[in-house]
Order: sequence, then structure tokens, then C-alpha cells
Amino acid sequence: MTPEETTAFEAKIRAYVGREMGPPKRGFDDVNAAMIRHWTEVTGDANPVYTDAQFAAASGKKGLIAPPTMLAIWAMEGYPMALPQTGKVDVQRELHNLLEAHGYTGVLGTNTITEFYRDLRPGDQVTAHTVIDNISERKKTARGHGYFIETVTKFTDQKGEPIGRQVFRTLRFAPSAELAAAKGEAAKGADAPLEVPTRIPSPRGHDNAWWWEAIDQGRLLIQRCKGCGTLRHPPRPMCGSCQSLEWDSVESSLEGEVFSYTELSYPKFPGYPDPLLCGLIQLREGTRLVANIVGCEPQRVHVGMKVKGKVERVDDKTMLPNFYPA
Amino acid sequence: MKRTTRSFTSVAVGEKLPALKIDVTAGLIVGGALASRDFTPVHHEKAAAQAAGLPDIFMNILTSNGLMARFVTDWTGPEATIRRIDVKLGAPNLPGMVMTITGEVAARDEAAGTVDISVSGDNNVWGNHMAGMVRVALPREA
Repeated sequence: MTPEETTAFEAKIRAYVGREMGPPKRGFDDVNAAMIRHWTEVTGDANPVYTDAQFAAASGKKGLIAPPTMLAIWAMEGYPMALPQTGKVDVQRELHNLLEAHGYTGVLGTNTITEFYRDLRPGDQVTAHTVIDNISERKKTARGHGYFIETVTKFTDQKGEPIGRQVFRTLRFAPSAELAAAKGEAAKGADAPLEVPTRIPSPRGHDNAWWWEAIDQGRLLIQRCKGCGTLRHPPRPMCGSCQSLEWDSVESSLEGEVFSYTELSYPKFPGYPDPLLCGLIQLREGTRLVANIVGCEPQRVHVGMKVKGKVERVDDKTMLPNFYPA
Repeated sequence: MKRTTRSFTSVAVGEKLPALKIDVTAGLIVGGALASRDFTPVHHEKAAAQAAGLPDIFMNILTSNGLMARFVTDWTGPEATIRRIDVKLGAPNLPGMVMTITGEVAARDEAAGTVDISVSGDNNVWGNHMAGMVRVALPREA
């Protein structure tokens, strides 16, 4: 689009701000037990006030209630959403069609803020009153350029009393070129399994590959100088005590204590556990190594804590020594 | 799920909720979309999701909301009342991912008898899927 066309287009979409989506939408079904059960089955929500009439009656709720997160569900349009639009469309759909026609074909719900004024019970009737409240400036997002559209829905019951309110933000975007390329990739490998991230692979060079290979076999080795018998870690070619280049190794007992430690809280890394506790472990043999402390609440870890190690598989590709409270 | 409810007085800021792991399957995504009557094609039709630039169908925001609320009421017990949920979505949840939901008590409002629980749902492939705040009213005494 030329700048003039963009200005004209933005004026057109902005004209929708403040407009009602259409007449208030009364839910097709009143609040009912069947739809509540379908929702709690999927979300795995075993809260007895939703499904156990006897429990609910005896509880402070004094009878069954609907999960609050169903508020917007009661007045959803349903299956026609999946069908091509025919005939007259509502104002919100009109706006979306306009964006689509100008290349903003992608759509994602990005956030909601929902307030609940009272519990809903079977038999309640829900009506949704939706207004297009805001359209953002054109923004650059990870998915491509687009506009955030904010709607505000007020929900009322059979008496016209307010029962809740929801702000719903949707991103309407033009999929970026990069994304289009990725889409091609995705289509090619559509049925390839998702690759679950693993830990960063250990760097293996001339001087330390042997140590990692032993870890892969489930053994923690400590390098030993053949000249003076001094142990050293991490692996390196020369003894710091006698400068000998000759060495062999001994297997560690995996017993030791925490010399120092730190907890990585933020950010979380896909492929790594959370919380992530990194310890400097003083091994009984005398050398120290950096390893994760696991099987223990972070607040229990302290300097001097006795630990026992285990060389174990931490993901599909990685073996590592982990240390547990002894 | 436990059948007793935590009291407002028993809850302290900083208290952590037990983590909840959710296996994200095509069944959960489609089941959640249908149970929430959200028939937007990207939540049940792979070709539509791919046209939107994602490799597969993805979880709708209503299901994320539902799981976030369940995570909180699993911990509070049945007589708590959810007053407000503020959720922001990040990376989509696709079939094959595992989402771990964690949370902690972020604030207490003595006058209202409500607590704010900050909640995060992270999937094992792309990281943060949802972050938000759930406000819940608790009975004053157990």
C-alpha cells in the first residue's frame, strides 16, 4: 500500500472503534450441566461445586455453579464460525473481512482480562454486549506487521443485571516473509514430530572429549597426573604441580559436599529444569566440579550440604552428573 | 482434588502452588475448542493453522484460561471464588508439547479478602505460553 492508501485504510478501520458488534447476543443455551461437564472434562477440573450436586448444596456455594471461565462460552456463536460467511455479517466480522482483504490474514487471541461479578448457576441466561473498543497503531510483531483489536464485552443475566466483563485483544497480522518461508517448511514436514529442545551439547575437544565420553557411559572420572599423582579437574594436558604431560584417571565415588551454589530463576530455558540449581561440588577425592543439584527444594540447599551424585540421562541427547542430597 | 478450602488467613505472600503438568495433545486442543464452542478453524484444522504460519493446530485462549483457573482452584479448594483473570499469551501450545503451570501468591487484599496468584504456563518447546494473574476470594476462616 502507498502511504495515502494506508492512511485511507486506517481511517476506514478506525471508523469501527466505539461501534457495537451487533445487537446483544443472547446465549443459545442457558447455563446447563451438560456444557459444564464437557468443559470440566477437558480442563481436567475436578472441582465438585461444578458437577457434584450433593457436595455443592452442602457447600458455601449452596448449589451447583458454572466454572467462571465459561462466562464467554455461553454466548458463543458456535459452529457457523467455521463456515464461509454468507449473507449479512456483523460489524466485527465486517472489520475482520476488511483487514483480511488488505493482507492481514493472520489472527491470534493475545490476551484477555475477565472480571466475574457473581457465580453463574444452571438456568441462568447470559447475554453478551460487545463493543469494538480500540484499534492499535500498526505494530511490528514476531508474527508480522499488524493491528491489535480490542473488544469489550459486558455480560448480563436474565434480569439485565451485570454478571461480568471481558476485554479481548486479538492481533490481526500480515504473516511476515520469514514466517511464510517457515510455513513452507512446516507444510513440508507437517507430520514430523516436534523436536523437543535438549541441553546445549557439551563442547568436546582434544583435551576433554574422553571425560565426556566416560559421562556418556555413566562414569565420572577425575584426571590424575602419572608423575606426581595429583588429581585435576577440569581436564587439561599438563599437571599444574609437576608439569608432567603424562596422565591417567580414577573413577569418582560421587560423594561430596556443596562448596558453593546459585539458583537461576529467570529466564526459563526450554530444555532445562526450573528451578535450575547450579552447584560447585567439592568431591571427596579433592577436586571440584560444576553440576546441577536436583531432588531438593532450593531453600534447603546450603554450603557444606552433603551430596551424592548420579550420572544420568537428563534428556534424549544428554548424560550429566546430577547431585542429590546425601 | 481436595474438598476443603484454604482460608484467607492461612495464605501468605510468596507461597508457591504445586506445579501442574499438562500434556498438550490434539485431543486436548480440539476438545477445548469444542467445549468452549470456539470453532475458529486454526484450533481444529491443521491446514488453517498452517495458513496462519504455524506447523499445527494450537490451543485457544479459552482453554488456556480454563487451565489457569483450574490450576488455582485445585490449590484453593472448592469454595473459593474467582473474581478476575488477566492472561497474556506468548508462544502457542501445539500437539506434542508439555506445559508446566507454576504460580505463587503475589498479593493479599486484607479488606477484600482476596489474594492475587501470579501464574505462568511454560511449554517445553517454545517456552512461555501464558502469564497472568488470578484474583480469588477465600473464606476468612477455615
